[in-house]
Amino acid sequence: MDFRFNERETAFYNEVDDFLKQQLPTDWVKGVLRWPGGYGSQEFDRQDAAEIIDRFQRKLVEKGWLTISWPKEYGGIEYTYMEQAIFDERTSYHGALIADVIAAGIVGPTILEIGTEADKEEWIPKIASGRIKMWLGYSEPNAGSDLSSIQTTAVEDRDDYVINGQKVWSSDAHRSDYAWLIARTDPKAPKHKGISYFIVDNRTPGVTIRPLVNIHGIHHFNEVFFDNVRVPKKNLIGEKNKGFYHLMTSLAIERIMLVRMGSFRRIFEELTLWVKEHDRDGKPLGSYPLLRQKMAEIATKIEIGYLLFWRTAELLDKGKIPNVEASILKLTATELSRSLAEVAMDILGPYGLLPRGYERTPFRGMAPRGYLDCISSTIGAGTSEIQRNIIAVRGLGLPRE
Amino acid sequence: MDLDFSEEQRILQRSARDFLKEKCPKSLVREMIRDEKGYPEWLWKEMADLGWLGVTIPEEYKGIGGDFLDLAILLEAMGEACLSSPFFSTVVLGAEALLLAGTEEQKKKFLPRVVEGTLLLALAAIEPGEWYRATGSNTIASRDKNGYLVNGTKYFVENAHIADYMILLAQTGEKEMTILMVEGKGPGIRFETVQTLGNEKQSVVIFRDTRVPEANTLGRAGEASHLMEVLQERASVAKSLEMLGLMKVAFDMALAYAKEREQFGRPIGSFQAVQHHCANMAVDMESSRLITYQAAWKIARGLPASKEAAMAKAWTSDAAGRLTRLAHQVHGAIAFCDEHDLHLYYRKAKAAGIAFGDAEYHFEKVAEQLGF
Repeated sequence: MDFRFNERETAFYNEVDDFLKQQLPTDWVKGVLRWPGGYGSQEFDRQDAAEIIDRFQRKLVEKGWLTISWPKEYGGIEYTYMEQAIFDERTSYHGALIADVIAAGIVGPTILEIGTEADKEEWIPKIASGRIKMWLGYSEPNAGSDLSSIQTTAVEDRDDYVINGQKVWSSDAHRSDYAWLIARTDPKAPKHKGISYFIVDNRTPGVTIRPLVNIHGIHHFNEVFFDNVRVPKKNLIGEKNKGFYHLMTSLAIERIMLVRMGSFRRIFEELTLWVKEHDRDGKPLGSYPLLRQKMAEIATKIEIGYLLFWRTAELLDKGKIPNVEASILKLTATELSRSLAEVAMDILGPYGLLPRGYERTPFRGMAPRGYLDCISSTIGAGTSEIQRNIIAVRGLGLPRE
Repeated sequence: MDLDFSEEQRILQRSARDFLKEKCPKSLVREMIRDEKGYPEWLWKEMADLGWLGVTIPEEYKGIGGDFLDLAILLEAMGEACLSSPFFSTVVLGAEALLLAGTEEQKKKFLPRVVEGTLLLALAAIEPGEWYRATGSNTIASRDKNGYLVNGTKYFVENAHIADYMILLAQTGEKEMTILMVEGKGPGIRFETVQTLGNEKQSVVIFRDTRVPEANTLGRAGEASHLMEVLQERASVAKSLEMLGLMKVAFDMALAYAKEREQFGRPIGSFQAVQHHCANMAVDMESSRLITYQAAWKIARGLPASKEAAMAKAWTSDAAGRLTRLAHQVHGAIAFCDEHDLHLYYRKAKAAGIAFGDAEYHFEKVAEQLGF
C-alpha cells in the first residue's frame, strides 16, 4: 500500500505543472468561468482565449500529451493511466481547456479498441494530431437515460448508409467537424443489439445544427437533425450492431475524464482565500462555526474525490475495467459540484447573487455561475440515478427484476 | 500509487477474519454483553498467542514489531466480528501511550505483559462537562515526597472495571498536565460501570487521595497535551478502521437480504428505491475505506497525518451512521428484533462514531487545518 506517486509520476506531475505555468498567462485562471463538474459554462472571459487554447493544444500535440496513454505506433507515448490522470488533474487545476477533448479522449481510444486497421489508418492520425474536433451524438429526444432506445436509423443503401433522426444536448456540435454517432442498424434486433457507431462529417448535406441556449444564456448545446444523410459505409466504426457494448466502456472513460478533479481544488482554494480575507458583521467570516463545518466537509469530499480518482486510474493500470468505480467517482464528484455551489452560495449570501463584472461582486461572480452550472453536473454523462443503477446492478449484483 | 494490500497484508487479513469467524460467533458476542467482565478471557489468551496484542510493539519488548497498517487490518477484522475485548483500550491506547512516552524501564516493565495478555489498560481522560477534548483540569495530582495524591472524577473510562492500570490525565501544577499510570484496583478508587448503547462497558471513576508513585509518570511532567493529541489522532483513525469492519458486515447483510427477501412477487433488491439505498451504501463504504486507509498509511510511514486523521474520523463517523441506518431500512421490521444481529452493528457504529470525537468535532479540526 502506498498513497504517494512514484518517482516517475512525481517527475511527470512537476513537468506538466511547469509546462502549464509557462504556457498560460499568469492571470489565466481568473478568466476561467466553468464550474467544477458543470457542462454549460465553458467560456473564457478574455479576448485572446481562442488563440491561447489553439497554441496550447499545438504544444500538447508536439509533446505527445494529447494522446498520453495511446500506443506509440498510433502517435501516443504509452504512459500509464495514472500519468493520464495526473495530466488531467494538473490541466484542470490550471483551468487549461483542451480544444479537442472528445476526439482524443473518447473517440480515439474507442477506435483503437474496436476499429479495423482501415478505421485506424483513416482516423487516428487526424485525431492524434489534434486536427479535428468531434461531438458526441448519443442522446435523443426520446433516449436520455435509456440510451438503448435511440431511434436514429442508419440504413444500408449501395455503398452508403442513410441516416435519419435527431440528436440533442449535442455539446459544441456547432464548433466541431465530425459527429461520433450511435444509430440503429438493425431495427428488428433487441434494443441493445442493433446499434453501431458512425463518424459523420458535419458538412454532409442533410445535417442541420440548431442552437439550444442553456441556463446561462450560452450556446453550448445543440439539437442536430439528420435528414437522409448519406455517409460512406467505411464510416461505420468497429463491428456492425455491436456498438452498444463498446459504448458502456466509452462512457466509463468519459466519466473518469470529465471529472477534472483539479478544478474542484482550484475553486475551493479560491473560496477559502476569500473567506479568510473577509468579515461579516465585524467578525472574520472564518470564525463562524457552521461555515467552518461546511468548508471542512467540502475539503473532505474533495479529498475523497481525489482518492477515488487516483484509485480508478490505478485499477486501469492494473488491467481492470473500473465500471463501478467510475460510476462511484462520477456520482461523488458531481454531487460535490452541487454541494460546493450550495456552500459558496451559503457563505456569500446576498453577495452571491451578484453577477460577474460589478465592483461589489465577490469571488469573480462564480457563485451564481456555479449555482446554475452545477445543475448539469449530476445529469450529463449519466444522471446520478443511472450511476446508482450501475453500481447496484453491475457492481453489487442486485437483480434487474 | 498502490492502494491495495500487499500479499503479506492480505494473508494477515484472511487469517484474522478466519480466526474470528470461528472463535467469535454472535452467540459469544451476546454472551459477553451479559458477562460481568465483558470479554472472553480464553479468547484474549488466544489473541495473545497469535501475537495480536503485540502487533505494533517492537520485538525488543516481545512484540511482533508490525506497523499501523497491520494494526489496521486487525481492527477492521474485529469490527467485522463485532468483537468485545479490551484490545482497543489496552493495545491502541495503553500500549501506544507507553510507546510514545514511556521510559525504557517502563516499556520493559509493562509492554511484554501487554503482549502476553496479562496486563489490561484503560484511558481515563475525559471529565464531567467535557465531551472529546480532555483537559484534565479538574483532576488534581498534588506532589509530596512519596509521589502524587490524586483527586478527581473521570467519565467514559472504557474497561476501567478490568484494567490493571489506568492511563490518567491529571493536573500536576499550575497549567501543568501530566499523564500518570494509576493502578486500577488500588485504594482510593471507586467506579461505577455502565453498559452503553454500543454494548461497551464504561465507568465513572472517582479518585480520592489515590496514591501514585513518581516512577509512574508517563513522559515528563507538563508534556501531557501533546501526547494526548497524538493519542487521540491515532485512536480516531483506529476507530475509523473498526467502523470499516462494522460497515462492511452491515452492508453485506443488507445486500444479502435485498437479494433474498421477496415482496410483490420479486426480490426487494430489484426495486430501484432499494437499489439506490444499496448504491449509496457502496459509495459510503468505498469513500470511508480510502480516506481512512490514507490516514492509516500516513501514520504507518511516520508522516504528519492530523488533517487526514480528522477527515477520516469525521467522514467515517457520519458514513457509518448513514450506512447502518440504511441497512436497517432495507431489512424492515425483522432487524428491529433483539434476536437479529444487525442492531449489534448499528449500536457499535454509533458508539465508535462518537468515540474520540464525532463528525462535528473532527470537521472543526479540519477547519483549523485549513487555516480558518
